[in-house]
Amino acid sequence: MVTGWPTLWNTVDNVFLFIIAISLVLLLGITATMIYFVVRYSRKRNPHAENIEGNTMLEIVWTIIPTILVLAIFYAGWKGFLYMRTVPDDAMPVKVSARMWSWSFEYENGRKSGTLKVPAGRPVKLIITSEDVLHGLFIPAFRVKEDAVPGMETYLWFLPHEPGSYDLFCTEYCGVGHSAMITKVEVMPEKAFAAWYEVKQPQKRSEGTSKHAPTAQKEKNYGVGARLAQVKGCLLCHSLDGTAKVGPTFKGIAGRKTVVVTSGKDREIIVDEVYLVRSLLEPQADVVKGFPPIMPSQKGILSDAEIKTIIEYLKSLK
Amino acid sequence: METNFYTYSGKHRGILAWILSTDHKRIGLLYLSSMFTFFLAGATLGILMRLELIAPGPTIMTAQTYNAVFTLHGVIMIFLFIIPGIPAALGNFMLPLQIGARDVAFPRLNLLSWWFFITGGLIALTSLFTGGGPPDTGWTFYVPYSIRTGTNVSLALFGVFLLGLSSTLTGLNFVTTIHRMRAPGMTWFRLPLFQWSLYATGWVQLLATPILGITLLLVIIERFFGVGFFDPAKGGDPLLFEHLFWIYSHPAVYIMILPAMGAVSEIIPAFARRTIFGYKAIAYSSLAIALVGYLVWGHHMFTSGMSDASRVVFSLLTFLVAIPSGVKVFNWVASLYRGSIQTDAPMLFTLGFIFLFSIGGLTGLINGALSVNIHIHGTHFIVAHFHYTMFGGTAFAFFAALHYWFPKMFGRMYREGLARVAWFIIFIGFNTLYFPMFVLGWQGMPRRYYDYLPQFQTGNIISTIGSWILVSGLLLMLFNLVRSISKGEKVGDNPWGATTLEWKTSSPPPHNNFAEIPTVTTGPYVFK
Ligand SMILES: [Cu+2]
Ligand SMILES: [Cu+2]
Repeated sequence: MVTGWPTLWNTVDNVFLFIIAISLVLLLGITATMIYFVVRYSRKRNPHAENIEGNTMLEIVWTIIPTILVLAIFYAGWKGFLYMRTVPDDAMPVKVSARMWSWSFEYENGRKSGTLKVPAGRPVKLIITSEDVLHGLFIPAFRVKEDAVPGMETYLWFLPHEPGSYDLFCTEYCGVGHSAMITKVEVMPEKAFAAWYEVKQPQKRSEGTSKHAPTAQKEKNYGVGARLAQVKGCLLCHSLDGTAKVGPTFKGIAGRKTVVVTSGKDREIIVDEVYLVRSLLEPQADVVKGFPPIMPSQKGILSDAEIKTIIEYLKSLK
Repeated sequence: METNFYTYSGKHRGILAWILSTDHKRIGLLYLSSMFTFFLAGATLGILMRLELIAPGPTIMTAQTYNAVFTLHGVIMIFLFIIPGIPAALGNFMLPLQIGARDVAFPRLNLLSWWFFITGGLIALTSLFTGGGPPDTGWTFYVPYSIRTGTNVSLALFGVFLLGLSSTLTGLNFVTTIHRMRAPGMTWFRLPLFQWSLYATGWVQLLATPILGITLLLVIIERFFGVGFFDPAKGGDPLLFEHLFWIYSHPAVYIMILPAMGAVSEIIPAFARRTIFGYKAIAYSSLAIALVGYLVWGHHMFTSGMSDASRVVFSLLTFLVAIPSGVKVFNWVASLYRGSIQTDAPMLFTLGFIFLFSIGGLTGLINGALSVNIHIHGTHFIVAHFHYTMFGGTAFAFFAALHYWFPKMFGRMYREGLARVAWFIIFIGFNTLYFPMFVLGWQGMPRRYYDYLPQFQTGNIISTIGSWILVSGLLLMLFNLVRSISKGEKVGDNPWGATTLEWKTSSPPPHNNFAEIPTVTTGPYVFK
């Protein structure tokens, strides 16, 4: 048996069913009694009401029984919670960094990826933080969730048993890309995972050597800048094909004449390098007219070198 | 014939006779009309959200618009409709009448509260059309996002601040009135149960709302002057904001539900023609809910990164607050036993309330259990749960009370048949709209999602269809009520044969409420 396997009362689903069962009994009881009284004691059938002010015994009973029930439910939830918060010793640690609007996973040997790859049958501990605002890491299939809080590390763990691909959502509202902040958990057979994990990766921000990822040749064509724009989530709001999404398109951005709003006043500018840098670091300073001022600042998120790379890339988009 | 408060001529004329009136009845109706205007705006936003979610991918709006729409839907429905809701509208009207007083303790403060309310509401709406565009933070204004976004958050926060001030002052006014202005012989245990609920609510408004006000001001200060209260980049703590926000906003759900429970406790005796079962238990449970309700806010933070020990304590306290709510439900059902029950519209809405609120409360047990909460936290399950308590609970009771007190307020009756049809459509629409969200949430669909994966589509389609049914029922109900204000059939002072004091005066009541202040000699629900 693998370590960390849950017992009967540790699983979320069993506690859920336990509460549902209690709730259904109560709900049906209340509703049936109510309907029966309304019909049986309708004004037609029962023209004269009887004033019953109360019944101490009955009231004590229906205070004590619910008290016992809710304490039992509390206990069941607490048991499961203890299990959820006790990480097995052999769990594989993965560092998770959330940002607007993407996930990045870093493994013990320094490998990074945009999808969470884990071996089947071994507990995984996620150590979670955020680079900007609050996010929430949620894997419905494993019944786990914990917020990503900037300046703080939170954790959760789970036991992936069946190989397969599972959804990973963001559940703490984080702005325009919130519902697109989705990735996958790839649970791989142990050998496949080991093969992926051991491959030497020269200084890469993100995964890219599995069979399906772009080849080295393609890599060169797209350039490191394109990859950065993808990984850092820029392309969620800025298109490459000239269509306006949440923000203005990247197509032909350098040298473009555009109207920006600077502290409430319109002015026309030509997009140059200085403007692009300012847009990355202080996006609220000049906002392109017609677009909402919602771009998050990249200060402290992109390094100087990365800013350079991205701007070179933007200039290349004719 | 004596003049009623509509025909009474005071200092001012025309519209001024309303917006400068210190008569609690006129102020109540001011709240009622402004609140339902806001309600229609909020409902429209809700319909648009549901329409967007009928299919994955963009349907009728962009992601940014959607975020602004759900933010506004939340802000309007919570701060402009359901929190002021029953206390400010019906409470204002009925509180002095039910305790045999001529007005509230501070009539001018009461008017000022309405002015804060309407100004706050208008400022919040102005934030839509000015500055950096409509706020997109959600009604929870979580930091650091609310500090970093360039949209018009500060103005909206200031609007909500004023709304909070209005609510605090109303609470102060009501608590004082119930303490000081009861008619001779109206002892505490002869108070109608609606009064007990307003009293408990008043204390919550008075003690919890200032915390929200201060918190929102801190966010505004942080946005303008960069003082690092909450943003970790400036040395602040985002969890501190969550705590401060929910220290108010959890008790706020009791501001919303307690008066609803109070209204239901009035309607049941009136339509069952018998006294309420377990008067004291219902009265004390209002106080118990208000008291314990202060200490459970952490259940909104079970996945926030807060310490495990506090999660356990908050979970335990959350379960304790469920007990008095359960006791109330049992008492209501028992109050039907051997009654002589008439199922007019107010009673139908009340029965609907008991059923839907029970679902809301029981799914609350699911949320409160720590391990299960981790899975459903922040999903559509939560959206379904709070709509069952707030809409199925509070709003259904509000509608029940509105039908119940309609003849008292206007001296006329709505069309009973139409009201029943509207109730039926609303009940069906409500369940079609919100029940699928329980399933979606359990399947893992997060809330505040503009777009979703294909596996969630079925539930979303059903839910959107439900929104159409629901809104047609709501419109029918409002049409019936509005039309009957002027065209309804005239009825006597007490068409239901109810026993509390407000029914002892004429309908609509005279300016001074009672020709002569009554002397109370019995409990509130003594039927002959
Ligand atoms: Cu998010
Ligand atoms: Cu709460």
